[in-house]
Amino acid sequence: MRNRVAAPPRSVWARLHLRERIRDRDTAIYGVLLLVALVFPAITLYTTDGSTYLIAVAGHAGTYVLLAIGLNVVVGFAGLLDLGYAAFFAIGAYTYALFASQQLLASPIHHAYHFPFWLMMFVGLLIAASAGAVLGFPTLRLRGDYLAIVTLGFGEIVPQVFQNFDQWTGGINAIGGIDQPTLPAWVTGPWAGADSISIVAPFSFSFDPIAYYVLIFILVSVAIVLVNNLQRSRLGRAWMAIREDEVAAAAMGINTVTTKLLAFAIGASFSGFAGAYYGASFGLVSPDDFLFIVSITVLVMIVLGGMGNIPGVIVGAVTIYFILNWFLPLLPPAVESLASSIGLGSLNSRAGDWPGLGNETQNVTLLLFGLILVTMMLLRPQGIFPSRIREQELKHATAQEDEAAIEQAHA
Amino acid sequence: MSTLDDHILVLNNVTKRFGGLVAVDDVSLSIKRGEIFALIGPNGAGKTTLFNNVTGLFKPTSGHVILNGKDITGSKPHEVARLGIARTFQNIRLFDYMTCVDNVRVGRHVRMHAKLWDGLFKLPAERREEERVTEEAMDLLRFVGIARQANQYARNLPYGQQRRLEIARALATEPKLLLLDEPAAGFTPQEKVELMALVRKILDRGVTVWLIEHDMKVVMGISERIVVLDHGEKIAEGPPEEVRTDPRVIEAYLGKSA
Ligand SMILES: Nc1ncnc2c1ncn2[C@@H]1O[C@H](COP(=O)(O)OP(=O)(O)OP(=O)(O)O)[C@@H](O)[C@H]1O
Ligand SMILES: [Mg+2]
Repeated sequence: MRNRVAAPPRSVWARLHLRERIRDRDTAIYGVLLLVALVFPAITLYTTDGSTYLIAVAGHAGTYVLLAIGLNVVVGFAGLLDLGYAAFFAIGAYTYALFASQQLLASPIHHAYHFPFWLMMFVGLLIAASAGAVLGFPTLRLRGDYLAIVTLGFGEIVPQVFQNFDQWTGGINAIGGIDQPTLPAWVTGPWAGADSISIVAPFSFSFDPIAYYVLIFILVSVAIVLVNNLQRSRLGRAWMAIREDEVAAAAMGINTVTTKLLAFAIGASFSGFAGAYYGASFGLVSPDDFLFIVSITVLVMIVLGGMGNIPGVIVGAVTIYFILNWFLPLLPPAVESLASSIGLGSLNSRAGDWPGLGNETQNVTLLLFGLILVTMMLLRPQGIFPSRIREQELKHATAQEDEAAIEQAHA
Repeated sequence: MSTLDDHILVLNNVTKRFGGLVAVDDVSLSIKRGEIFALIGPNGAGKTTLFNNVTGLFKPTSGHVILNGKDITGSKPHEVARLGIARTFQNIRLFDYMTCVDNVRVGRHVRMHAKLWDGLFKLPAERREEERVTEEAMDLLRFVGIARQANQYARNLPYGQQRRLEIARALATEPKLLLLDEPAAGFTPQEKVELMALVRKILDRGVTVWLIEHDMKVVMGISERIVVLDHGEKIAEGPPEEVRTDPRVIEAYLGKSA
């Protein structure tokens, strides 16, 4: 190598391999997501006259991104169908809610705890992970459908437990007044309604959508990095091998029981994280927040986004969240104003059996959601951005192998 | 028992019952270190079942499996792999939607050290191990002659290359004993010759080979000793020429096809 003629200096552009990276679809998706995540708050603040409503929606969407990333470890990587994922989300949320509010004052221990959010986030993570392992241990000998049914049962039981142990959890009355995270210092500025940019110290989140948006942005970024690392590690390959062929994986020396257990525990830990965030950002945690529909929604997000492929899963989560929580609720008023503007305003008022156009639209939104899902799955049964990372990464290596072969032939 | 040291694997009276069916019936045999040992027999004779009993997929109903003097009867498949027995499958079982190089890297799993944290945070030691393992995997792909296909999904390989990939994956676990279940099934004569050469190369790596094979030419061509199974029972054992002329063996095969 040393006695080779020095290559002409390459441009910065070439040295960053930007062209190759952009050609790599997943890197491009991450790039776009990052860009959107960064400019989105600025654009919404500017276009909606300082309203932070959409930023709050985006923050909550971020919770679901975390959930989808976690469930993807279980379902997408390891191929274990988990229909009770919301249970771990509930565990994370209740862990924070119980130990960061006045709730336990009224409980048999008569003492309220106010542990800091930053600590409880990790405690929630650990407890959810342990719950994942506890659930996994007796069930992982089961396959496919049986496992799905057991996880479904678990998903039903956990919210019930939080509801029925009302001495501790307040049951159906929910836990409110949950502490807000605090930081020693924070930057405020015109975007938060202040006159100029200044430092606030100390700072309490107090339901500030921008602060929560920044927090979830960081949490999701960290989650993406970690889960990408995992996918490209020994453990990630073991998960995929189990998903592909459990018998062959075991014959290759993979302990399938502990490996699947790890998938459950690690998947659950993400929702433990998400749960703490959820509890803080809403300030209220109720057993109804973690019903079967939550598990199914997250599952839909990853299937629709592209199971097994992290960027796809993120896009799926954001898309579904915004369809459900922004687009569909927007429809009834939109249809009403459309009707008035074309002279059919009379349809908007209720008359006899007719509930009014707005209400009628309201009634069909879920039907519409179903139609959207079916259409998307028909158009792209493999998901929006299915898993292709490896193919890309390794296409590159084949080219090198070919070059090496040619070199050898010439030697 | 003075020859115990020479034997890598000893089966003592291994029996496997499925309900009323005796798939493997009181089979005893021993395999010498560094030989190519063949197992033949008509369809349904219990050959694959015997492999499954050795590799921990099934637990023998009775009898013992002894590897290097250690009783491994009833060990889990992953434990057996760690102890040094690798295998291929009669009906190829690759990780279809993983690339060839990843299939082989999975084979390295059991010899790798990275823990959860190492992978989660991509610690330097983990990166080095990954690099090393990728190189080792590429070496193995070259060894079986499919390095150019390294980045294709396993399912997209032609049949013959899939069989080779399965062998590479098994070798990646660094076995002392390699079990090949009908590695030449469906091969052309040319491919069979190549396979025989490959098996000899594997032997040169210091791996003992035990294979199930129907093609007598292949069996005669490479193995020193043969055991014949029929209806789960061992009916003959010895060098190829001897076994081929054994009347019980001829009858077992003719009786089946008649
Ligand atoms: N898991 C199982 N459960 C019940 N019966 C089985 C099982 N596996 C194999 N058998 C039966 O055991 C007998 C031996 O089967 P085995 O697959 O070991 O034969 P083989 O010698 O490998 O045949 P072939 O040459 O066709 O591969 C057959 O009758 C088969 O049906
Ligand atoms: Mg067989």
